[in-house]
Amino acid sequence: MDKYRSQGLSLSGIRRNFPAFILLILVLLLWEIVVKGLKVPLWLLPAPSQVGKALWQTRHLLLQHTFTTVLETTAGFGLAVAAGILTGLLMGIFPSVKRLFYPFLIISQTIPLIAVAPLLILWLGYGLLPKIITVILVCYFPVTISLLEGLEASDPDYTRLLRSMGASRWQILRLVRWPHALPSLFAGLKIAATYSVMGAVIGEWLGASSGLGVYLTNSSHSFLTDRVFAAIFTITVLSFVYFLVISLLGRLALPWLKIEK
Amino acid sequence: MLALQGVSKSYPEYRLPVLDPIDLEIESGQFVSLIGPSGCGKSTLCNLIAGLEQPDGGTIMLNGRPIQGSAGNVGYMPQKDLLLPWRTLLDNLILGSEVRRQDKKNARSEALVWLKRLGLDGFSSHYPQQLSGGMRQRAALIRTILFGQDTLLLDEPFGALDALTRRQMQEWLLALWQETRHTVLFITHDIEEAMLLSDRIIVLSQRPGKIVKDVSVPFPRPRHPDILLRKEAIKLKKELLELLSAEVKDELYDSSVLEKQVL
Repeated sequence: MDKYRSQGLSLSGIRRNFPAFILLILVLLLWEIVVKGLKVPLWLLPAPSQVGKALWQTRHLLLQHTFTTVLETTAGFGLAVAAGILTGLLMGIFPSVKRLFYPFLIISQTIPLIAVAPLLILWLGYGLLPKIITVILVCYFPVTISLLEGLEASDPDYTRLLRSMGASRWQILRLVRWPHALPSLFAGLKIAATYSVMGAVIGEWLGASSGLGVYLTNSSHSFLTDRVFAAIFTITVLSFVYFLVISLLGRLALPWLKIEK
Repeated sequence: MLALQGVSKSYPEYRLPVLDPIDLEIESGQFVSLIGPSGCGKSTLCNLIAGLEQPDGGTIMLNGRPIQGSAGNVGYMPQKDLLLPWRTLLDNLILGSEVRRQDKKNARSEALVWLKRLGLDGFSSHYPQQLSGGMRQRAALIRTILFGQDTLLLDEPFGALDALTRRQMQEWLLALWQETRHTVLFITHDIEEAMLLSDRIIVLSQRPGKIVKDVSVPFPRPRHPDILLRKEAIKLKKELLELLSAEVKDELYDSSVLEKQVL
């Protein structure tokens, strides 16, 4: 009686994503042909092959900058997750805490990051700290909200069952509400993971000595458009890696979700 | 022994009280069914005995000890199996011991013995989503038994199952109870189910709920579903059916009176 069916990085997953992969190849080919055929200048739009060349030629430089960005992103993401889980739990357990902070949480999210980031540079200088804070600002909200929603969506019938057993509020939280909130929390973590690199890059744009944002601005100021594309490519790959890591952790933490009914 | 004395309950949102003062005694080791029209306060009574709600008045005694408003004194099983989807079958069965902070290892080995007895030991590391409706309901009942109290409160436990599975579950419960002899209060709206399983059947009236009939079921044990085909069984069924439909008619009458008053 084997009802397991694995998804994703398996053979069937590759087969499922095959059409999208073909489309990508076709688009890149078309891009290459158009750019080369129309003799579009490099500073305006480089061909994919030229972007690849820039990636390879500046690989040492790119790696250095990527290292800085990874450091900022990982630190910021980790801190945001810790803070998000802590405050999400507090708001989930104590409705009064939620009533007090929830409106500010929403308002804080409507303040544009682009407007706040220069202030952080002004106050905290050009070091790593302001970038870590921009990453936290980007990641904190989806983590907190998704955890809170997951905690609040738990089936009241389960709570009743636990209460009939004489369970305390803490036991109900530990045995029902928290595990029930995990799928929602991981959905939030995935969103946060994809945004996290962007947060670091925005922080770096506004003033830094190292990082993919610096590489990006330097390249664009010098009209090295092929390098701009190389930076975009690296940022995309990096964001995707964070997403994959979280997805993988989610699968390990939630083995019961994979099982089909 | 489970004894209710003058237990009443009303809610501010309803004009009529849900339960008129109710007196009810269930001997230890007795299997008692409670039937009644929907909305008669069966579930409220259940909640009161389970300690999920506090009665407005009266006392609920379990073996001479008042238990009203305190949970964890009886094994409570609702209609939905409520197996936790993130726990394996085995870990679902030991939920009660975990809540009561008992030794997990002991609880697991005890649960495994039960699973073996039911031939479900091959499924101990399966998740509930992988089990059939009947298996899940059986698991939910074992979880209730493993909670360790000798009084069980079963609130329409087979209500969501199809007719065939339901009959299987009834026979299974019948055999199980024959061995364990728990004190059971079984809530149902299925007359045949009540007749097959119980020593006594109690009929509850429309809101405000009160006991309109308390009959003993005369069939000897161990029982087989064929007893439902006997003459006296059909007579009892007819009697109970008439009682119930009279209650439903009253309800229709009441609501028409109510409408006139509103007009």
